[in-house]
Amino acid sequence: MTCDAPAPAGAPAESAWRSHGPRRRSTRALRVRTSAALVAATVLAVLLVPPLVQLDQQAVDLAAKLEPPSWAHPFGTDDVGRDLLLRCVYGLRVSLLVGVAAALAATVVGTAVGAAAGALGGWADRALMRVVDTFSSVPHLLLGIFIVAMFRPGVWPVVISVALTHWLSTARIVRAEVLSLRSRPYVDAAVSGGASRWRVAVRHLLPAVLPQAALAAVLMVPHAMWHESALSFLGLGLPTHTASLGTLVQSARGSLLAGQWWPTLFPGLFLIVPTLALAGLAGAWRERINPRHRSELML
Amino acid sequence: MLELRSITAGYTRDAPVVRGVSLTVAAGESVGLLGPSGCGKSTLARVAALLHRPDSGTLLLDGAPVRHWRHRAPRDQRTAFGVVFQQARLSADPRLPLSDLIAEPLRATGRGEDAPDRVAELAPAVGLTPDLLTRRPHEVSDGQLQRACLARALVLRPRMLVCDEMTAMLDASTAAALVAAVEDYRAATGAALLAVGHDRTLLERWCDRVVHWDGLS
Repeated sequence: MTCDAPAPAGAPAESAWRSHGPRRRSTRALRVRTSAALVAATVLAVLLVPPLVQLDQQAVDLAAKLEPPSWAHPFGTDDVGRDLLLRCVYGLRVSLLVGVAAALAATVVGTAVGAAAGALGGWADRALMRVVDTFSSVPHLLLGIFIVAMFRPGVWPVVISVALTHWLSTARIVRAEVLSLRSRPYVDAAVSGGASRWRVAVRHLLPAVLPQAALAAVLMVPHAMWHESALSFLGLGLPTHTASLGTLVQSARGSLLAGQWWPTLFPGLFLIVPTLALAGLAGAWRERINPRHRSELML
Repeated sequence: MLELRSITAGYTRDAPVVRGVSLTVAAGESVGLLGPSGCGKSTLARVAALLHRPDSGTLLLDGAPVRHWRHRAPRDQRTAFGVVFQQARLSADPRLPLSDLIAEPLRATGRGEDAPDRVAELAPAVGLTPDLLTRRPHEVSDGQLQRACLARALVLRPRMLVCDEMTAMLDASTAAALVAAVEDYRAATGAALLAVGHDRTLLERWCDRVVHWDGLS
C-alpha cells in the first residue's frame, strides 16, 4: 500500500481503481501481433521454402565464396560459396524441429513424473522428487553435453539431450498443481464414488494440469532452440554438414575474424528473432491465463 | 451400521482436530451432528465416509473394523457412502457437464451403460430440468449445482448418506427441496443418514436424533 500525495489543483482526478491504461494495452497487443506474425512467417518459411524453391542448399560454388549480400545472394555466401539465405532457412527448420520435439518430449516426461509424484504422494513422491533434485543439481548444459556425447552426432541425440535436461521444471509445476488439486472436494467425491487412482489421475487431475503443461511446452521451445544451437556451436550437436543455426554460426567464426560479418549475423538473427517471437507469444498466453503473473521473456 | 469409537483425527499429528470422539449411526437411522464452525465435525464426516484416515480409534462398518481409507479401502466399502459436501462449486469437476458429473461414479465403477437411465431417473428427483444437464458447473447456480452433487451421491444407491453442511450455502426453498429429495431416497431405500450442520432447527426437523459435538467426546 502506498499513500499518495494529494493531486495538485487542476490535475485530472485519478480513480482509485486504476486500469492498465490504453497505452499499455496497445503495447501488449502490438507485441502479440508482431510475435504472431513473426512466428507465422517462420513456420511458413520452414514449411514452404524447401519444397517450393527446389534449390540445393548444399550446392558448393567455390568461385562465389564469401560474397557479401547482393541481389543474387541476399544474405551472401559462406566460405564454400553456399547461399546463406537458403542455409539459414534449412538451419531454422532443423533448429525448430529440435526445439519442438525436445519441448514436447520434455513436457511428456515432466508431466508424467510430476503427475505420478503428486497423485501417488508418500514415498513415491519423495523418491521421484529426489530424482528431480539430483538432475537439477548438475548444470544442465554439462549434463546435456554428457548425454549427447554418448551418441553419434545427429538430430535425435540432441532432442534426447535437451529433453532429458529440461523435464524437471515441468515435473515441478505439474506436481505442485496436482498436489493442490488432490485435496479438492471433487477429488474426494471421485474417491467416494469408487474411482481408482488411475481414473482420478486421468479423468480429473491431468485435464486440469494440461493447460499449464502446454504453456510450459511452448515456453520451452525457444529455450530448446538455444540449447540445440549451443550444443551445435560447441561441435557436439548436429554434424557440421547439417545446416542448423548453431552449426552455421560455428562454421562462420573464422570468417568473422577476417571481417566477413554476414555468415555470422544472419544465422544469429534467424536464431534471435523467431525465439523472441515465440517467447513473446508464450508470455502473452501466460499473462492471459494467469494475469497476476507478469511475464518476462523466458529464453 | 456405522460405529466410530474414540476417533482422533486431524491434518498434523501434533494438533488433532478431532479428539476421542465416538458416534453410532444405526441402519436406516438419521443422525444430525450439531456443532459450531471449526469444531471438527466435517473432519469426522470425512473419517466416517472413509475419505480421511484417523490417527487413532476404530471405525466399524456393519460390525467389521475398517482397516483402509480412500483408495486403499475396498470399492464396495467406499461406495456404501454417498457424500454431499458443503461447497458445490469445489466439489464438482469444472470440466464435466452436469449429466457426466452425475454419471461419473457409474462410469468409475464400470457401470457406464446404466448412466443414461439412471441420470434420467435422478434428475427430476433432485429437481434438475433436462436443459441443465448439458451445462457445465460455471453455467449453473450454486443451488442447481448442489442438486447435481446430491444426484451424484445417490447414483450408486448408497446405504448411507453423509451430508456435510449440504444446505449451508443455499436459500431456504432449495434447502427444503434437497432435504425432501434425501428423505424420498431414504424412504425408498432405507438408507442411513449422517447430516452435519450448525442449524439446530433444520437438523431437529430433519433427523431422528440430533447429537451435539460437545456430547461426543
